[in-house]
Amino acid sequence: MSSWRTKVLPPLLAIVFALLLSAIALIISGADPLTAYGTMVGQLFKGSTAVDTVNLATVYYLAGLAVAIGFQMNLFNIGVEGQYRFAAVTAAIAGGALDLPPVIHTVVILLVALVAGAAYAAIPAILKVTRGVSEVISTIMLNSIVGGIVAFLINPDMFGVLTGNNLATKPIAPSGHVPGIPLGSATLFGFVVIAALIGVGYWFMLNRTRFGFELKASGESPTAAAAGGVNAKKMALVAMLVSGAVAGLIAMPELLGRDYNYGITSTQMYGFTGIAVALLGRNHPGGIALGALLWAFLDKSAVSLEQIHVSKEIATIMQGIIVLSVVVAYEVVRRADLAAEQRRVGRALAGNGRKGSSVAEGGAV
Amino acid sequence: MSTSESPAEAAPDRGVPAVELTGITKRFPGVVANSDVNLTVARGEVHALCGENGAGKSTLMKILYGMQQPDEGSIAINGEPVKLRNPQDAIKAGIGMVHQHFMLADNLTVGENVFLGAENLHGIGRAARARLAKLAERTGLRAAPDTLLEELGVADRQRVEIVKVLYRGAKIIILDEPTAVLVPQEVDALFDTVRAMQAEDYTFLFISHKLDEVRAIADTVTVIRRGTTVGTADPKTITSRQLAEMMVGSELPSPETRESTVTDRDVLRLKDIRLSVEGSERNILDDISLTVHAGEVLGIAGVEGNGQTELVETIMGMRKATGGTIELVEHDGVAHDLTKLGTLARREAGIGYIAEDRTRHSLLLTQPLWTNRILGYQSRKPVSNGQLLDIAAVREDTRRIVEEYDVRTPGIDVPAAALSGGNQQKLIVGRELSGEPVLLVASHPTRGVDVGAQALIWEQIRQARADGLAVVLVSADLDELIGLSDTIRVMLRGRLVSSADPATVTPQELGSAMTGAGAEESEKDTDAEGGATE
Repeated sequence: MSSWRTKVLPPLLAIVFALLLSAIALIISGADPLTAYGTMVGQLFKGSTAVDTVNLATVYYLAGLAVAIGFQMNLFNIGVEGQYRFAAVTAAIAGGALDLPPVIHTVVILLVALVAGAAYAAIPAILKVTRGVSEVISTIMLNSIVGGIVAFLINPDMFGVLTGNNLATKPIAPSGHVPGIPLGSATLFGFVVIAALIGVGYWFMLNRTRFGFELKASGESPTAAAAGGVNAKKMALVAMLVSGAVAGLIAMPELLGRDYNYGITSTQMYGFTGIAVALLGRNHPGGIALGALLWAFLDKSAVSLEQIHVSKEIATIMQGIIVLSVVVAYEVVRRADLAAEQRRVGRALAGNGRKGSSVAEGGAV
Repeated sequence: MSTSESPAEAAPDRGVPAVELTGITKRFPGVVANSDVNLTVARGEVHALCGENGAGKSTLMKILYGMQQPDEGSIAINGEPVKLRNPQDAIKAGIGMVHQHFMLADNLTVGENVFLGAENLHGIGRAARARLAKLAERTGLRAAPDTLLEELGVADRQRVEIVKVLYRGAKIIILDEPTAVLVPQEVDALFDTVRAMQAEDYTFLFISHKLDEVRAIADTVTVIRRGTTVGTADPKTITSRQLAEMMVGSELPSPETRESTVTDRDVLRLKDIRLSVEGSERNILDDISLTVHAGEVLGIAGVEGNGQTELVETIMGMRKATGGTIELVEHDGVAHDLTKLGTLARREAGIGYIAEDRTRHSLLLTQPLWTNRILGYQSRKPVSNGQLLDIAAVREDTRRIVEEYDVRTPGIDVPAAALSGGNQQKLIVGRELSGEPVLLVASHPTRGVDVGAQALIWEQIRQARADGLAVVLVSADLDELIGLSDTIRVMLRGRLVSSADPATVTPQELGSAMTGAGAEESEKDTDAEGGATE
């Protein structure tokens, strides 16, 4: 099995490496790296930054999980972005239009979001399975289409409401909200709990269910999976739909915990961040959580850099370097570890009666 | 490089040998691919290297071409000892290799393909073109240098490959199964070219397992078997029969396995199975009908690429037959039609599967052994209760397999990739014999495994057969086929062409039937082996 080294060492190395490289970028831009890093960490304890970081990390976590489900079988669902925005606008419209008792109202909105996300992911999934269209291409195009769909649906002629200058869906009644947890001056999204439960569910699915095994097997070796009776087309279809369904929840923490409507100013790009977070977390539910927290921290504390006259884009540079280093570091450590494992097995079996000198019987390689 | 300009006639034993391999041994984890190989190739001769698939020919040629380094032994080119660390070293030493699968870019022209990577020899201008024209004439390549490669036929592509190695200054040319892709007329033309070039002092190493071709072109033939050279002969004096005997060996496994356990209860029935692929007129499988009984091992003999792989994958449902039916008969005699079922349903019906390439089809290499136990059994006890996996039971059962099948491993948590080939295969055999299969489909079950593992795997198959298991055995190892099988069918070009009784057949007879030697029909079938996939 992979040792603690394979799991912990690569991200640590990558973060240290990223800090060093970013320091160079900071020095070039004329700032003192230590002051800059100190300011960023210090910002975490000011005002509501810590709670904001966790709130944003909740969103990133869901995005990371959605992407990771596809990654497990080498499906590159770039369309998480489109799927979550489609689900968000659909769920916001449904939530605003419905009048239901508390809890039930929330559950219905979440179900609508799940189904809408899966439905939008069904398009690339069906195209891939029936026509062999690459999911990368089709989801990128669907991402671009979703902007038009959102604009169309929140038009006042359709379901939109014009409030001041802002065009958005009809607000969801309090019965549909997910109550927050007040912490000091800020409020923690109640959705944090739901996201954690989804993370546990993802772990269980991956490690304890037949579906999870078939998903991993298809990703590791499509040929071995096929010989083992895994239906590749069915897996691609189901993985894409599940990925889309989870993507459908990405906007829910903000929709049901803060904004209560979805409009043209609602934040975008969470789906793309999810790709980076899933890469950082190596598709592991715990890793994705750490990746999401790190990413959210960099996003939230970057604003503090402007106080010391450092461009906050330095945080973006750091994020980029971290992802690249993590990918490289994992691969390096993985190879070293496999070689070490082979040597270890060889040593453990040395003198165990294996003759190396006998002629290979039909030994082809 | 070589010196003398005197045209070389077919006469070995003159002067310094062009290639001399001494005591070459190459080990891979758990496998010895070459063991103490000695090979001497005289200058200016066509030297054939013969042997069954998996005998170690390709490993040896990879060593000579610098793609792999030998663990022991030495290489001398034109009398000078050399170390070939990579193909560049080999090219510098004057060795060129024409691969069986061409290494050419379809979207480049003939000229570009030849010059690519060798620009520093003659540039890409007039000098290069003049050199190319000269070599094209020598090899009979008639295509203009500006023709796109994709417009050329197979024979011309091969000539481009030959020109490519000549352009890089090769005087010793390795032809790796060059006739496998050619029709007979093209083979004749190739041989004419080879003879003409031989007269210009080029040396050829010709790899083949087609005896008639070897006899037609070679001056000397060296036979390699089970990783080592068994002898060198003059093809003019040796008979095909003697050559076949050298290739497949003549010792047979002990006959004690011969007591028949065959019953008259059908287990697997194939009827008129056909498999065709788009873009090929010839069916890969053509009207295959066979029946396997409980307690019977049905051996399928054949030179690789004649449809055995496809037959196995069709039985397993990994390929969909174009026509025909596949039935599995239950204990109570009720036939279960598998034709429309997927692989998992067929496995659930009671088929175990030992795939030909274990790393591609039987294992998840980076996953621990116990995870590999799940593969193919994810829907059944003890692995799962429907949708949920029972990890404790899986681990328990993996420990049982490790114990019963003598898988040498420090534990069940090591990744499959860390085990040697033989131990990987023992794990697979153990897995596929779990879950009470009624039929085992075994493709080259002992390929690339060490002697100890081979004996154990054979023993397990014999035991299961005695318990009433039906087995379809595909193997290139004739000793294995004859030793284990109750019935042998020979496969040639997608058809079952003949049967043999393993109690009386000799490896030589089987070898002749497989290679089509003596059977003239193979000469007439112009499609060669081109339609078969890897």
